[in-house]
Amino acid sequence: MQNGAKIEYDYSVAKAFTFATILFGIIGMTVGTILAFQMAFPDLNYLAGEYGTFSRLRPLHTNGVAFGFTLSGIFATWYYVGQRVLKVSLKESPFLLNVGKLHFLLYFITILLAVVTLLAGFTTSKEYAELEWPIDILVVVWWVLWGISVFGLIGIRRERALYISVWYYIACFIAVAMLYLFNNMEVPTYFVSGGYGSILHSVSMYSGTNDALVQWWYGHNAVAFVFTVPIIAMIYYFLPKESGQNIYSYKLSILAFWGLLFVYLWAGGHHLIYSTVPDWMQTMGSVMSIVLILPSWGSAINMLLTMKGEWNQLQTNPLIKFMVLASTFYMLSTIEGPIQSIKSVNAIAHFTDWIPGHVHDGVLGWVVFMIMAALFHMAPRMFGREIYSKSMVETQFWLQTTAIVLYFTSMWIAGITQGMMWRAYDEYGSLVYSFIDTVEVLHPYYTIRAVGGLMYLIGFFMFAYNMYKTATAGRVLDKEPTNKSPMATAA
Amino acid sequence: MFHWLEQRPFFFAVVVFVTVAFAGIVEAIPDFAKQSKPTVGTKPYSILELTGRHVYIKDSCNACHSQLIRPFKSETDRYGMYSLSGEYAYDRPFLWGSKRTGPDLKRVGNYRTTDWHENHMWDPVSVVPGSIMPAYRHHFTNIADVETAYAEAVTVKAVFNTPYDVDINGDGNIDVPLGTWEEARARALEEAKAIASGMKNQAVKDAVERGEIPEIVALIAYMNSLK
Repeated sequence: MQNGAKIEYDYSVAKAFTFATILFGIIGMTVGTILAFQMAFPDLNYLAGEYGTFSRLRPLHTNGVAFGFTLSGIFATWYYVGQRVLKVSLKESPFLLNVGKLHFLLYFITILLAVVTLLAGFTTSKEYAELEWPIDILVVVWWVLWGISVFGLIGIRRERALYISVWYYIACFIAVAMLYLFNNMEVPTYFVSGGYGSILHSVSMYSGTNDALVQWWYGHNAVAFVFTVPIIAMIYYFLPKESGQNIYSYKLSILAFWGLLFVYLWAGGHHLIYSTVPDWMQTMGSVMSIVLILPSWGSAINMLLTMKGEWNQLQTNPLIKFMVLASTFYMLSTIEGPIQSIKSVNAIAHFTDWIPGHVHDGVLGWVVFMIMAALFHMAPRMFGREIYSKSMVETQFWLQTTAIVLYFTSMWIAGITQGMMWRAYDEYGSLVYSFIDTVEVLHPYYTIRAVGGLMYLIGFFMFAYNMYKTATAGRVLDKEPTNKSPMATAA
Repeated sequence: MFHWLEQRPFFFAVVVFVTVAFAGIVEAIPDFAKQSKPTVGTKPYSILELTGRHVYIKDSCNACHSQLIRPFKSETDRYGMYSLSGEYAYDRPFLWGSKRTGPDLKRVGNYRTTDWHENHMWDPVSVVPGSIMPAYRHHFTNIADVETAYAEAVTVKAVFNTPYDVDINGDGNIDVPLGTWEEARARALEEAKAIASGMKNQAVKDAVERGEIPEIVALIAYMNSLK
């Protein structure tokens, strides 16, 4: 990428978001681990009064990892990758640099406000859209700032053709803007009622079935355009860069990109199968979920084939291991999701622990692994230092991989067990199990899941420590590494 | 075509938007109006019930309890009649949930009582041995925010024509009165007294006597309304 005159990139915003990624990762995953233990051992609900109950912590966990950790990771990589693939430095535009800094500042304040309001119980109840209207407005402001950053940098680019990663960042920006705006259409009650009640409260523009439809059109595609699209942007940049390999197929990347954009939005209906939304939408959701395997696997296979002939790098470079495993988990969860969307399977799987199981093999295996690999790749370039400890990266990899396996296998068993017990009839045509039977049977699986979660969290702390030591105590590099990220072997 | 697009960010963004927006438009337009029609007999929530609904949302009950009965025998046997779209016409937001860590609550008002809820929210294991639900004792001391519920009712009446102060079924009586804040507050307190009289927690009874409504009373009013 750096042929010709060398461009000096500005990483100040990327570094700030890297810090936020690690901070919110720690908060979000710690809360998640507490939740997992609460389900196995309910007495843990009473550690902090009403603020420590599952009720208050659950939205904090989902928002913390989705909008704290993952979005930070997306922004960190954008402010790093964007400059490089467009061959232009933020130093060349003080305006865009300041937009980036303001973006970070407002974003950071928003997440802190989110933590406080969610703990206090201010929530709209709509999943992944829990934040109340004043915070929603703040979100829109910094999302627009990010848009200015993306399109501003594109506007002053030197590289005429947009690299694949940029396509995905653009798609993320546009789709999330649309989804977020429409799903959060709400009327603040304080103003309409002429000053009664809480100023923070609002009421949804949509009611009942319509509200559900809009919510899952949003909820499912928040997954698509936060947990998938920008993560693909990352792997399209970092895997070739780290491995020194070209992307296997340009045509496949085009097919996968446009296919994903077209099909993904339809699949939201699979959250509403057997609900009261019209049958044709449920069927569309189901069918399109199956079709979605094509573009999803298209990207993943493109990534795996990029490593063709270079599989030995799996042994020598732990970051390649992270990214290859991320692609593999992406394949796993994008076949698992469509299976759950088949109506007869959904009848068993819906409302059970198989769903969080599916979410977590996707996010822990794909999203978090990819973001950590990206930040590890960026660290030597941003800080001009060697990664502090290779053995720690290796240990972290195996610890977390084991953790994910514990997590999803226990949740698969728990979900299918519960789904089957709910519908079990005896020979006289009566239900065999009362509801509580189907809760008590899950205890061992909840325990295994919590242990898996704890192991994953420990791995994340190792990542945080390794990043911190890299930034402060890693061996100083005399020049920027081209491909493989340098790591200290004895530590 | 794609080569051309890749070099023109503006058109690229436009095509991305159209591709992404397409599905939403097709899905939303045909049935949006039809789905929001209430079934016969469905009424808006009273102010106290709405207050309880806010408590339900504040403590994310919907994170573990669904309010959607699917059309399977195993569900109708366990929870009652399967859900109809129009029953949710006044639910803003909808509270179907996505996970049943605990049982469905769509028709919990048909088979649980004020007394049962009081015991259950104070100490779930006392009525359901083996339950992993936390106790919600702070509902017995926190005072519910009736005023915000009133603000919401006024808002939905003004903006969405939700039938408060209206004779819905044509029997000559107003089905769900709203009125002024003072009237609404007095009516909520009256309903709260009726519920508190069926409870045994003395602090709750005393609070209602003083004219305050603890969260638990509002929540039970809401639970009892789910039928």
